[in-house]
Amino acid sequence: MPNLVYADHAATAPVKPQVLEAMLPYLAENYANPSSLYPFAYKAKIAVDTARKQVADLLGANEKEIYFTSCGSESDNWAIKGAVDASKTEKPHIITTAIEHHAVLHTCQALEKRGAEVTYLGVNAQGLISLDELKAAIRPETVLISVMFANNEIGAIQPIAEIGEVAREHGILFHTDAVQAVGHVKIDVEAMKIDLLSLSGHKFGTPKGVGAMYMRKGVRIGSLIHGGGQERRKRAGTENVPYIVGLGEAARLAKEHLSENAARLSKMRDRLIEEIEKLPYTFLTGPRENRLPGLASFCIEGIEGEALLLNLYQAGVCASSGSACSSGDLDPSHVLLAIGLPHHIAHGSLRLSLGEMTTDADVDHILEALPQVVSHLRNMSPVWENGKPAWHAE
Amino acid sequence: MYSEAVLDHFSNPRNVGELDGANAVGTVGNAKCGDIMKMYLKIEDGIITDAKFKTFGCGAAVATSSMATEMVKGKSVEDALKLTNQAVVEALDGLPPEKIHCSVLAEEAIKAAIADYYEKQGLDTTGILGCGGNCAQCCGHHHE
Repeated sequence: MPNLVYADHAATAPVKPQVLEAMLPYLAENYANPSSLYPFAYKAKIAVDTARKQVADLLGANEKEIYFTSCGSESDNWAIKGAVDASKTEKPHIITTAIEHHAVLHTCQALEKRGAEVTYLGVNAQGLISLDELKAAIRPETVLISVMFANNEIGAIQPIAEIGEVAREHGILFHTDAVQAVGHVKIDVEAMKIDLLSLSGHKFGTPKGVGAMYMRKGVRIGSLIHGGGQERRKRAGTENVPYIVGLGEAARLAKEHLSENAARLSKMRDRLIEEIEKLPYTFLTGPRENRLPGLASFCIEGIEGEALLLNLYQAGVCASSGSACSSGDLDPSHVLLAIGLPHHIAHGSLRLSLGEMTTDADVDHILEALPQVVSHLRNMSPVWENGKPAWHAE
Repeated sequence: MYSEAVLDHFSNPRNVGELDGANAVGTVGNAKCGDIMKMYLKIEDGIITDAKFKTFGCGAAVATSSMATEMVKGKSVEDALKLTNQAVVEALDGLPPEKIHCSVLAEEAIKAAIADYYEKQGLDTTGILGCGGNCAQCCGHHHE
């Protein structure tokens, strides 16, 4: 297909050429196990140490606080289950939000079955939690607050530093799933008082299959994967050297270009928002400020998201939706329902997520294709009458 | 993953729109579930001479609506009532399991249109609709 515009970077981003190049020697000639003690293995060991420093630098952390994992979901599982295991509380209580990624939500639900109690904080129409509600939810048994840094569907960035402050004041561990944020927005784990942070490489330029967890010095949580002494005895398994090297390089590149990338992406994102909002019965989901730089998300009334995606693809655009049909689920996305949208409107959701390779010409193409697709589907829709959705009819 | 036939009927849907002179119109599904199908049939001397549809829904909902209209055109009302969702699925070279309910909706939409026709003729409509016709309560997902 000529000129395919990839606007689904929040699903996964392409591998950066420099990342691939940094990885290749560790897929070929430097195949040693970094734990081996002969000099042939030194290079692998040094490469892993260097990557750890690069990831730490991106987060304002010390390299001893970075633990490599296989993905963001593993990091989320480890942080939450580990914090609960280490608490030694009879009925541990977790505070999280209704709009977390399933890696957090389903982990919390699994812990509920084992006797933990979980408070799922609601969000406002922009997708932001209330600090007052957070404070009110704290109990003596609260062992963990887990709030995502930035939402994957609507791009809302939570008041992380303020949440960190509340958690620290109460002596409660604070975990944030920062999978969508790392590499895209500035994160300082010290200033934000973050104790545990999950990240995933493939959202900012590595292949799928590598992630990391930041664990603040002094924090003790249980292990998820037991075995050998890798990762300071906290996460067993022979290090995935090439992917870890790739993660380090991606972190280095992200840190180097963070401000310029964010500025460039925000500009394109805002153009998408400004133009797409001009379509009738179409509105932005998530906040205008405090939003991921590359993520524009909408609800387009009177049409269904999966059909929209298929038509957009035929027009050369890869995008995403939180509609039930596009996820193979019966209900539309829990995030869209949590911000108060009714089912029939949430079915018409669209997420466009831009990345480093996105150009102004790509944005032009999206803006040309989308209105045609929307109009085609609305013409076919029995709930679109006289230029408006049936639910807006007098 | 959709078959070529599904993608073809989705991309180039046959018989889209309202039908002037339709004497049988049926709507099934509901917006909450994300699928609504409205079928328009023109029935002359017991034969469906034309069929059109409007659908709000996913790719499979559009494709099954399109295929169902193709399949009933030219058929007698009695034969159209025998159209099953499996026949629609087969004609589309299969549907993913989670999309089978779309074919059920297509079958129900044809039946709802014919029930509307019978009602206008003062005929008994008992047993025409496979379900209770209570679309507001049903997403069709349990019909598999």
